Amino acid sequence: MRGNNVLGLIFSNMHEEQLHDLTENRTMGSVPFGGRYCLIDFPLSNMVNSGINKVGVITKRNFQSLMDHLGSGKSWDLSRKREGLFILPPFDAEPFSPNDRIELLSSAQSFLQNSREEFVLITDSNVVCNIDYADVLSQHIQDKADITIVCRCGKPPAEFADPAVYTVAPDNRVCDMLINPGNKGECCYGLNMMLIRRELLIRLITDCVSRNMTNFKRDLLQRNVGNYRIYAYDFKGFAKVICSEIAYFDANMALMLPDVRAQLFDQRRPIYTKVHDNMPARYGLGSSVSNSIVSDGCVIEGEVVNSVLFRGVHVDKGTRVHNCVLLQDAAVGSDCRLSYVIADKNVLIKNERNLLGFESYPMYIAKGSVV
Amino acid sequence: MLPKQEVVAMLLAGGQGSRLGVLTKTLAKPAVPYGGKYRIIDFPLSNCVNSGIECVGVLTQYQPLVLNEYIGSGQPWDLDSTSAGVRVLPPYQRSRRSDWYKGTANAIYQNIPYIERYNPDYVIVLSGDHIYKMDYSKMIAYHKEKKADCTVAVIEVPMEEAGRFGIMNTNADGSVYEFEEKPKAPKSNQASMGIYVFTWSKLREYLEEDEANPKSSNDFGKDVLPAMLKAGERMFAYRFDGYWKDVGTIDSLWESNMDLLNPKIPLDLSESAWKIYSRNPVMPPHYIAKNAKVQNALVAEGCNVYGMVDFSVLFSGVTIAPGAVVRDSIIMPNTRVEAGAVVQYAIVAEDCVVGRNAVVGRRPEDVQDKDAWGIAVVGDGCSIPEGFVIRPKEMVDREKLEQEARKNAR
Repeated sequence: MRGNNVLGLIFSNMHEEQLHDLTENRTMGSVPFGGRYCLIDFPLSNMVNSGINKVGVITKRNFQSLMDHLGSGKSWDLSRKREGLFILPPFDAEPFSPNDRIELLSSAQSFLQNSREEFVLITDSNVVCNIDYADVLSQHIQDKADITIVCRCGKPPAEFADPAVYTVAPDNRVCDMLINPGNKGECCYGLNMMLIRRELLIRLITDCVSRNMTNFKRDLLQRNVGNYRIYAYDFKGFAKVICSEIAYFDANMALMLPDVRAQLFDQRRPIYTKVHDNMPARYGLGSSVSNSIVSDGCVIEGEVVNSVLFRGVHVDKGTRVHNCVLLQDAAVGSDCRLSYVIADKNVLIKNERNLLGFESYPMYIAKGSVV
Repeated sequence: MLPKQEVVAMLLAGGQGSRLGVLTKTLAKPAVPYGGKYRIIDFPLSNCVNSGIECVGVLTQYQPLVLNEYIGSGQPWDLDSTSAGVRVLPPYQRSRRSDWYKGTANAIYQNIPYIERYNPDYVIVLSGDHIYKMDYSKMIAYHKEKKADCTVAVIEVPMEEAGRFGIMNTNADGSVYEFEEKPKAPKSNQASMGIYVFTWSKLREYLEEDEANPKSSNDFGKDVLPAMLKAGERMFAYRFDGYWKDVGTIDSLWESNMDLLNPKIPLDLSESAWKIYSRNPVMPPHYIAKNAKVQNALVAEGCNVYGMVDFSVLFSGVTIAPGAVVRDSIIMPNTRVEAGAVVQYAIVAEDCVVGRNAVVGRRPEDVQDKDAWGIAVVGDGCSIPEGFVIRPKEMVDREKLEQEARKNAR
């Protein structure tokens, strides 16, 4: 049965400064990932698979590619008469400050007020995972929580900016919250996903706005740790925070592990995305592919090792592609050598080019470049 | 009243396709998987949409469930429009003289009310068993230009094969003077592609006449076209060149899949100007493992390949285990080929498991008696036991395998 009294809310623009190359012309949510996805496909599909059937996507700037990707929401089964997908463009023309979650939520106030769902699930679009929000909801109800924060225990990724670190009691209750405490050890850090009662969210936003408080983590959460029942939900499945170009590269490479694929692309909870109607990938005579992820529409005549090829990538004869992430429709000519390269959409690499990045510093080639 | 449509397409999809044997046991021929992610019906449907035809009636009769489900609202082909779009038209009961579709012409006859709703000038009749990309709008323009009553699309076939087809014999201006079904001594090599454009008012007349004739077999090729010719109606042949293949037999279905691997054959299904649309499975990209060997292959999404694949088409969700070998074969969705199994010159349908060290099919060069060789076919949902051998040309389905398992157990 569909519908579980939860409204989804996705920030499509957060953390873009951490991935500035890839987000120059697009939102965080529309950053391509894993051969055929965009990052927003993960939170959207997770919500739909958890029974959420109304999702608002909050946008700020550069959201053309995002709109293009989402369309009517059909691919996620969110093009419906009752509820469905809502794109919430910025409400006023004022420039937003970088830490503008509260402003953005405040401009989505009417959407929140006009919804009927009891709870709101808020998430960013920079975490790649397959999570069942229904579990979060049942824990939330069981704990009689006001707010449930999805956390992960362990070492936070190296470049995770401003992680919120929680001290959690054995009953899951959050007793303390630190923002960017600077320790590099094991801790319980937030994945920027939380479940909250809709009316409480509206009240907290109004409260922050009226006091001219603009920092979501500090003013809305940290300030209220003692005032409300805030609980942590420990998510143990595979999750990668895309908080830097290296993290982006590594997360793509992690898909080569069977266990990661099994968790992320669990057939019972599939990740949906926009359909392109490409032909299946074609391997030519003499092609050699090993340990790689390949999408529909690819044509491979050369050698591909440890790489992720997005839809419509061409690799010509005599070319060696090692440890690369080649985004949609990138074309690599013959007799090239590519190593540790992230090539954005529609990149054209002409014959006999040598492009070598390094493991700790993959070379990025901007959208539409001709090399 | 619905807005007028200049052209209505009627797609004959009710045939069993008995020559495909176990592959069409539970589904109609147009629903047979093709080319890694398609079903045969994607071709006429996509051709319609790409040609600007917005109104398509799909006539179903034999095992329609899979086909109905696949067509759904028509959304994957953009055929879910409000006033036109795709409609599935099964035979139905009426106040008197209800019947199954007795033949191709009768199927259209029974749906005259559907066609009339759109008040069309032309009706194009298509069939659901060919692989081709064709712009029907050019054929309709030709039909108009010739002021024809009926236009039949033809393709040149090698003269020695002409005896297998319906052959159109034409005058210099393209008008047809004779139609011969499977002639012993063909006079030309222009084979009918089973695509007809009719001026609707004329077709309606002939359908009614045909229906009134109790001796008629109610078939386009056998009855309606000859009747039109005899009465001296303007019938023209429209020549098509390009890739066209009837996939009504195991051999031709296998060949046509293999044609996709041949770079010399121009059949690009993702060409942006003429895409072939399909209902896409929701699956991640496929994975080729470290020691896998994949060459000359078409691999769809959701596959996991650990073994060796050569000259083959893998549909979505197929797993080829380490040490398994798949050569010159077609493996349909969600099938697993276990370690050590060897699949050669075979078609394995959906949801099968080819057990460890099982052998399916053989290469022709390894077979002494060439007459005993052929493509091996495994029907859907089969579980082939460990070490089991399926000979070339053999056709097995689940029942047959289960029977044999029971026999062996005794």
